[in-house]
Amino acid sequence: MNNFEYAQAPESTAIVDIKSEYGLFINGKFVAPKSGKRFETINPATQEVLAKVAYANELDVNLAVSAARNAFTKTWSKMPAAERGKYLFRIARILQERAREFAILETLDNGKPIRESRDTDIPLAAAHFFYHAGWADKLEHAGVGNNPKPYGVAGQIIPWNFPMLMLAWKIAPALATGNTVVLKPAETTPLTALLFAEVCQQADLPAGVVNIVTGDGTTGSFIVNHPGIDKIAFTGSTGVGKAIAKAVAGTKKSVTLELGGKAANIVYEDAPIDEAVEGIVNGIFFNQGHVCCAGSRLLVQENIQDELIEKLKRRMSLIRVGNPLDKNTDLGAINSASQLARIKEIADSGDLEGAQRWSPACNLPTKGFWYPPTIFTGVSQSHRVAKEEIFGPVLSVLTFRTPAEAIEKANNTQYGLSAGVWTDKGSKILWTAQRLRAGVIWANTFNKFDPTSPFGGYKESGWGREGGRHGLAGYLKAGN
Amino acid sequence: MTNLIDGSEVSLRKFLSNLSPVDQIGAESRAATLATRSIKNESKNWAIDLAIRMVDLTTLEGADTPGKVKALAAKAVRPDPTDPSVPSVGAICVYNDMVKVARTALDENGGKNIPVAAVATAFPSGRASIEVKIQDTKDAIANGASEIDMVIDRGAFLSGHLGEVFDEIRTIKDLCGEKAHLKVILETGELVTLDNVRKASYLAMLAGGDFIKTSTGKVAPAATAPVVYVMLEAVRDFYALTGTKIGVKPAGGIRTTKDAIKQLVLVNEVAGPQWLDPSLFRIGASALLNDLLMQRMKMRDGYYPSPNYVTLD
Repeated sequence: MNNFEYAQAPESTAIVDIKSEYGLFINGKFVAPKSGKRFETINPATQEVLAKVAYANELDVNLAVSAARNAFTKTWSKMPAAERGKYLFRIARILQERAREFAILETLDNGKPIRESRDTDIPLAAAHFFYHAGWADKLEHAGVGNNPKPYGVAGQIIPWNFPMLMLAWKIAPALATGNTVVLKPAETTPLTALLFAEVCQQADLPAGVVNIVTGDGTTGSFIVNHPGIDKIAFTGSTGVGKAIAKAVAGTKKSVTLELGGKAANIVYEDAPIDEAVEGIVNGIFFNQGHVCCAGSRLLVQENIQDELIEKLKRRMSLIRVGNPLDKNTDLGAINSASQLARIKEIADSGDLEGAQRWSPACNLPTKGFWYPPTIFTGVSQSHRVAKEEIFGPVLSVLTFRTPAEAIEKANNTQYGLSAGVWTDKGSKILWTAQRLRAGVIWANTFNKFDPTSPFGGYKESGWGREGGRHGLAGYLKAGN
Repeated sequence: MTNLIDGSEVSLRKFLSNLSPVDQIGAESRAATLATRSIKNESKNWAIDLAIRMVDLTTLEGADTPGKVKALAAKAVRPDPTDPSVPSVGAICVYNDMVKVARTALDENGGKNIPVAAVATAFPSGRASIEVKIQDTKDAIANGASEIDMVIDRGAFLSGHLGEVFDEIRTIKDLCGEKAHLKVILETGELVTLDNVRKASYLAMLAGGDFIKTSTGKVAPAATAPVVYVMLEAVRDFYALTGTKIGVKPAGGIRTTKDAIKQLVLVNEVAGPQWLDPSLFRIGASALLNDLLMQRMKMRDGYYPSPNYVTLD
């Protein structure tokens, strides 16, 4: 008799102190919004309201920008670079000390499994602050001239898929290079950014260096269009990215954009099959597929397709979907009702267009937003599921016969953020990587991130790079 | 023999070289993720008893004496004399010359159903002529061993003489016949790479091994999670190819209940729940049994007993 069941091993939420109401973080203090409006943020796994968050209107954004400008002119740009570095080191250490609190709050607000927020999001966020802290007094070696200068005030808009990690990707390099910041977290996931505001207070960061304004897309457009902002950094959808590019065209603003993707994960016949299966699972089901660089198109060499798909299905049936706070959970909740609707709409088009859908049997919770891990086989290039970014746990499987065909298909997309190559042959990895038009190419692995490594896209996946030495260039004006 | 190969060295080589390679980093990372699973308390009770039934209680020392082996046999039958609900272990594992002592001691203690496993074929190095290995095995079976834990010739494997390794396993398997179960020890610590572990696993299964076993316990590293992971994949895929279920036996380095439960999680997720049975999974260990007993007492009584409450042997 087999009784081998995994326990519900939920992380306790006692460590997290969620306030019933939050203000905007402007000039070092939490202040009530001038708009007088607040909106709710919910736990997508239960649909319970977590807190009411301030809605920033134009007036609020103006205040935030002038606080940031003031801090830039009077304090931050005058401070010796090594001192700036000290603040960043301090923030990084506090993030590590409060890692558990951040991880649980992230999981509550976003719906991602605690295993991921605990092992990936928060440690990487701290790593980004550590990495950039070291750069603060070494900017003459950043490759942008001898005496590079900050732009001034950076307006930063981040998405809901990795709220805290994207905050770190934005704020750490901006502060290290001497810019001050007005940051808007995503409408559905503002809580870790507001906890980060507390960390700024705890670290004694000078007032106005970091300002956090919560709100929706309209709030974002006030930031984008504000004449007092020198630099826009955005991570999100390609649609919004294009709108931002139009809005700032002809202004002094410098822009970096990190947009969508439809990554090809290429599995050659000589790949380590079992590990490729793990990589495919990690590529598309990590963070419920809410990953701009997700490996959402599996390109498998036709002669190993049957074996690979059989193993993939077997592995998918082991994926544990459910309570994100449970340490045994592999796939958490979809972040919002609207995202769930979008996933359903595109996935349903796969059925209509003739692809074959498969999902393992799984009991989805009744409350909250859920989508089972899903693959489509028999997909062709022209299907919507092969072309459009789904941003959910849905994988499209296509086949190829020769390496040249794999490259052609992989590059046949308007995106170019990431790609994966699976083969045991080093030469084939290099041959493939040279021909793929994608910013990040993983070989025999997927979805690995490091602050030292630049990240960014070709084509409609974005402008500029984040992370590494290349990422610093996005926040520095070339010196003499 | 399966119809996957025709018995010639050429077909064996062809089969083994067509196996999918293992990516070491990927395998290590998956094995590490599985180690973070936590299991239910009720399942833990069941898992501890299952692990006890899977233990191949082992003593393989130069200093082994009949007295030591008799004590081991008594412990194998009744691991905890104060609690009759504790099951007996899977087998006891001894050197060739202690087989008779072990068999008699088990029979006299009510352990007729507990098999005696004998390490054979010039354990642990495997460095002897085939005649010696044959005689070693015959001896063990004649004295009452119903399980043979043979070592492969790692020298032959590493120098590419795969046919030699294969023939040796076949020869020993023929000697075992219906009388004894054959476990093939790969000594993965000397094969080093996971690619070699996969190749050797298939080689042993193709040659007729009933079990594949990680290690002798004399070489470190022994039963690491990635090695067991790759071997479990091998038995799973071999079953899909042939319909034959081969067992897996990690040995060496599994000392605590936590280690044992991690092994069971690997079995459950990689090979599947069918393998959660002493006929298909054994754990070669000596110190592990006492930790399992202490955890069992803790689950029953709510606190850890002093180590003096469990017998040394």
